[in-house]
Amino acid sequence: MSESKATTTKGELPRLQLKGINKTFGAVRALMDVDFEAFDGEVVGLVGDNGAGKSTLIKTISGAYIPDTGDIFLDGQKVHFTSPQDSTRVGIETVYQDLALCDNLDVVSNLWLGRESLQFGMLNEVEMERRTLEVLRTLDVKIPSVRVPVAALSGGQRQSIAVAKTILRKPKVVLLDEPTAALGVAQTRQVLNLILRLKEQGLAVVVISHNLHDVFEVVDRVIVMRLGRRAGTFEIKNTTPERVVAAITGAEFGD
Amino acid sequence: MSEQNPDKNKAMGKTGVVEKPLPGLAGTVPSPPSEPLSLKSFLRLDLGFLPVLITLVLITIYFQIASNGFFLDARNLSNLVQQIVSTGILCIAAVMVLLLGEIDLSLAAVAQACAGVTAVLSVYQDWNPWLAILAGLLAGAIIGTANGFFIAYLRVPSFIVTLAGSIGYAGMLLLVLGPQSTLIVRDETIRGLAPNFLDSVVGWLLPILSLALYAGAILYEQQRRDKIGLKTKSVQQLALQIGGATVIVLAITALLQSYLGVPIAGVIWIGLVVFFWLLLTKSTFGRHLYAVGGSAEAARRAGINVTAMKIGIFAIASTLAAFAGIMLASRSTAVASQIDSTLLLRAIAAAVIGGVSLFGGRGSIWAVVLGSLVIGSLENGLTLLNSEQSIKNVVQGAVLLLAVTADALARRANSTRTR
Repeated sequence: MSESKATTTKGELPRLQLKGINKTFGAVRALMDVDFEAFDGEVVGLVGDNGAGKSTLIKTISGAYIPDTGDIFLDGQKVHFTSPQDSTRVGIETVYQDLALCDNLDVVSNLWLGRESLQFGMLNEVEMERRTLEVLRTLDVKIPSVRVPVAALSGGQRQSIAVAKTILRKPKVVLLDEPTAALGVAQTRQVLNLILRLKEQGLAVVVISHNLHDVFEVVDRVIVMRLGRRAGTFEIKNTTPERVVAAITGAEFGD
Repeated sequence: MSEQNPDKNKAMGKTGVVEKPLPGLAGTVPSPPSEPLSLKSFLRLDLGFLPVLITLVLITIYFQIASNGFFLDARNLSNLVQQIVSTGILCIAAVMVLLLGEIDLSLAAVAQACAGVTAVLSVYQDWNPWLAILAGLLAGAIIGTANGFFIAYLRVPSFIVTLAGSIGYAGMLLLVLGPQSTLIVRDETIRGLAPNFLDSVVGWLLPILSLALYAGAILYEQQRRDKIGLKTKSVQQLALQIGGATVIVLAITALLQSYLGVPIAGVIWIGLVVFFWLLLTKSTFGRHLYAVGGSAEAARRAGINVTAMKIGIFAIASTLAAFAGIMLASRSTAVASQIDSTLLLRAIAAAVIGGVSLFGGRGSIWAVVLGSLVIGSLENGLTLLNSEQSIKNVVQGAVLLLAVTADALARRANSTRTR
């Protein structure tokens, strides 16, 4: 299994690739020569201790930070981001922890906010509702009604809506920042299921998480960050949480 | 056709609402445990207009009995409509600003200052009445844009900007009126805006046509939803919606027709409410307004220009206020140099009583009609009973406090819910 995975990673062009990224904030070197890659239909876990550089790396990919040196490639093409809008335009969507939903609006309105479908200059509610149901069905998201205000939904459902919102824009890469933080057991399960659905859609999914248990449940490959460097890469099939923890903390792990 | 029963409905089956085992992961998602019935869970329910409707019915019944049947008399109702139009138009402005999550304390001052502009141009400069009215509205738009600039662009709290504005515009009113304390408007066009009535044929045609359009739009939407297989309303629901609107509109029309006819002022007011209702519920502008009121940050990230939205809303609100002021001048045939101290509070109170949240993003424009009716009925009914002004103020204050308390409790119940 690990061999077949290895051949695909070597044989295919990564959907998203970062090479030799450096980023400093004053005297702090947040990222040092970091490489990163994500493939289609793959879930990549990005783990590391606080201050390891996960967030800086994600913000670099999403266009919020501009790296000092290093290149970003999408489908082998070099891209340059100066703002989050740039990365959204080429198909990289980020779901931040605060989700950015309007609690007072219903699910349909939230999903289409800023890109409403119109008919005769008026909101085409029927079309938007139809497409919403379609997307939620593909993602296997279960909510009582698409016409309830988002405030009435559970944390897991809200997370799902935030993800579905990005899917409507037909992205190539989805970045999820701590998607299971502050969720209960059942809701975490919902979100993990959602991540698998995204993978099924053929997207490259990047998940930042503190929760190794969740990571091991859905992720194909784990990239460990430590002190601003990429400290290791693990195929989930042939590693153990202990090894990953060792890489995170920098401890020696005897065989 | 399609019922609301989830088992039978073909659309529901497609939505993924129906529970089924998740492939790929062990176990299913249990539905959240239902919580016990409490005050909190009661408040969280969106009761819509029910509380204010019940309040209105209770007020009506009380005054009807206490005034020996005079309250629901056609003549008194016709009076009531005329009395609440200015407050009602000002209330539309208040609702727009409240939906944004801001407040505009300068509405009454702007109303009277702009009416002053119109009056002065008409009386002293002998302008064409329509041009004078247009100039008054334009003054409102400019004032609103200035308010919005300070609030949205310079990020000064709206409370302070409009408080300062209300003092300044009161001064502006004195300035344009000059030495006179009250400026009598003599122009027949301006005077005729408020007190006249529709021709009885038009008075019947207009509501009937509006109802037909409303019913047609509902049935068209129903048909489209049914074709695509979306959840549709049951026949009973449709009948209630269309039938209810028909009965209410026709009953009010008949009552007003039995006296002098449908007041033009009332038609203008309801026309504005319908216009803003369509704007808020059917246009992207309205959708974005609710979004900004709900979460400005989420709206900004969705690509909505929050600054422009805020400036636009304040401009619209002040223009509406100017119009309310002109209607007030038309009704009283004069512009007073003193700002009516209760006008602003009545407008904001009517909005809040109608269920528009002070915290932004929640509420319907129909709150304007219901809230204005509650406030107006109290005023009108207490006058019928020969109550002192002191009693009126105490009662109106108590009703407002009740409405704001309900809003605050509902908001707390919503924000402290477990997620």
